Amino acid sequence: MDQTIWNFIFIGITFGVYIGIAIWSRAGSTKEYYTAGGGVSPFANGMATAADWMSAATFISMAGGIAAAGYGASKFLMGWTGGFVLLTTLMVPYLRKFGKATVPDFIGDRFYSNGARLVAVICAIFICMTYIMGQMRGVGIVFSRLFDIEIWMGVMIGGGIVFFYAGLGGMKGITYTQVAQYCVMVFSYTIPVVFISMILTGNVIPQLGLIGNYIKDGTENAVPLIVKINQISTDLGFQEYTASTSNTLDMFCITAALMIGTAGLPHVIVRFFTVKNVKAVRKSACWTLGFIAIIYLTAPALGMFARTNFVEEINQKKYEEAPEWFKNWEDQGMIAWVDKNKDGVMQYQEGSVFAEKPVYIDETRVAGGPRPVSNKLSDSANEVYYDRDIIVLANPEMAGLPKWVIALVMAGCVAAALSTAAGLLLVLSTSVSHDLMKKIIKPDISDKQEIRYARMASFGALAVAAYFGINPPSSFVAKTVAFAFGLAASSFFPTLIMGIFSKKINKQGAIAGMICGIGFTLGYIIHFQFLTESKDYWLGISPEGIGFLGMFINFAVAFVVSAITPPPPREVQELVENIRVPQGAGKAIDH
Amino acid sequence: MTAQSASPDSYWSDSLKLVGKLLSIWFLVSFGCGILFKDYLDQFSIGGAPLGFWMAQQGSIICFVIILIAYSFLMNKLDEKHGFGEEEN
Repeated sequence: MDQTIWNFIFIGITFGVYIGIAIWSRAGSTKEYYTAGGGVSPFANGMATAADWMSAATFISMAGGIAAAGYGASKFLMGWTGGFVLLTTLMVPYLRKFGKATVPDFIGDRFYSNGARLVAVICAIFICMTYIMGQMRGVGIVFSRLFDIEIWMGVMIGGGIVFFYAGLGGMKGITYTQVAQYCVMVFSYTIPVVFISMILTGNVIPQLGLIGNYIKDGTENAVPLIVKINQISTDLGFQEYTASTSNTLDMFCITAALMIGTAGLPHVIVRFFTVKNVKAVRKSACWTLGFIAIIYLTAPALGMFARTNFVEEINQKKYEEAPEWFKNWEDQGMIAWVDKNKDGVMQYQEGSVFAEKPVYIDETRVAGGPRPVSNKLSDSANEVYYDRDIIVLANPEMAGLPKWVIALVMAGCVAAALSTAAGLLLVLSTSVSHDLMKKIIKPDISDKQEIRYARMASFGALAVAAYFGINPPSSFVAKTVAFAFGLAASSFFPTLIMGIFSKKINKQGAIAGMICGIGFTLGYIIHFQFLTESKDYWLGISPEGIGFLGMFINFAVAFVVSAITPPPPREVQELVENIRVPQGAGKAIDH
Repeated sequence: MTAQSASPDSYWSDSLKLVGKLLSIWFLVSFGCGILFKDYLDQFSIGGAPLGFWMAQQGSIICFVIILIAYSFLMNKLDEKHGFGEEEN
């Protein structure tokens, strides 16, 4: 059977399931719309949160990033999982006990100020908008590749599906579709890795393969896989795969900023408002990190296998003898080969073949030859260009797996993008309908009207996200990731922590802290990402890691300002005492 | 163990101590083993992999999961000790 037919079957089945779940679980009240009625089981919420958290970028690009950077990519692995330890021990049990529907709700009530609420709403909208654009783009790209349609059509199809179940079903619809999406993601991610692990190391479990022996050259020549990959890396002019990064302080700060940012992301926090009580929050957090860990522990193994395999299969091979997947992905525009020294053999080594992405001269290739490119070649002797995303996308073909596995991986990519987009869309719509309309502009609207505003807001947000998905502000999107994490790390995280762990911080302190923290972080990022080409960072800390310092500035300003202004009123101090004990969260959801 | 009467202040200080201990472990396995002492730990190995590298890419994540399981278990015990225990959903 043809690959396209398999793709249609898998994408069709998964979409059918998502839509079926959406119809079955559509929300009737704001309580169901915002928090799925507060009755989701910890296990189901764990799967849903894992799917919500892992975006298209994690699914498609992370393993490729690890394959390229080796040890240097550990900051993403630790940062994006370690954040859940902070999130669970310091935040979500207390916020769940507080029992309101959104994060700005807590900030507004705890700091008895609509000003603080407004700052929080703006941060939430900005963080979610940044993320959702990338997701829509990801859906568009996968669809256009799958069905040979224009990217804008792919974005529209993906947007339509997300609106259908997130806009209409609310949190309840999202939660149960995300459970299904997690299942699709985990199978499509791990199955190909298991097979490639067996080929390279003879080990069924990829995590054991990572510390095992490389046996593809025969068992008598077996060496540890890590020794093998370090050796081929240095042979080709790269640094050792396991070598330390040059700047430990920067690595430390980026890891910390990613962890803190993770713990301050509103779309992850609100997922824990859907379970019954504080005890269920703790249990659900264990499931969440467990489900995330399955994929995050597999990614480093995949990165290592794929890089070893790629070099062994490609380097110093004649082009005519290149494996079939190499030519398939060359057709897709993700691989290019330029025979710089005219010997008909592919040389892969350190350095870029040419600047930027390949620009192919003609759609048709010369019989038996590579697709010619018009890029200006670099001085490097490297002849092979590959897009890092093929580490995941081409993995089933590299492992020689049947066509339906490739279709499954494609369905997994779509699931990853849709699940994250849906979670973000919910936060965007509740920020507008609940925090902005109900709490600030029009307090007297009814439950029904509030849901209508939420649906209108999600339609509006999706339209904006789809527009930017179709017309991405080029390099802007990649740079805004630093924004999202920096903002979350310097605004939500410290403010929420102080709101829970200190009774002394008052509204003046919180607002001043947030503004100074965000101001410093944004200023630094904008300066280095947009205003100057210079990489002369302060103490070598890159913009991705500056949110860590922004957090300290937020803390310091808030403490100083609170010390010289009147303390919070008595009832706010009682509120803080109340959220510190777990009892009674079960019936506390009200609006 | 008999349940004490509900006492928010001692419950709060006990839970702060517990969270403090767990976060020290969290810091040690990630920032400690994975970044600060990575070069030192690389002289040891686990299977075929240098220990510092393995901690950064595998070990720390496994520890995070264990920390959360311990947190859930110990906090539930603390709830009961102070009389804040709740029914399983």
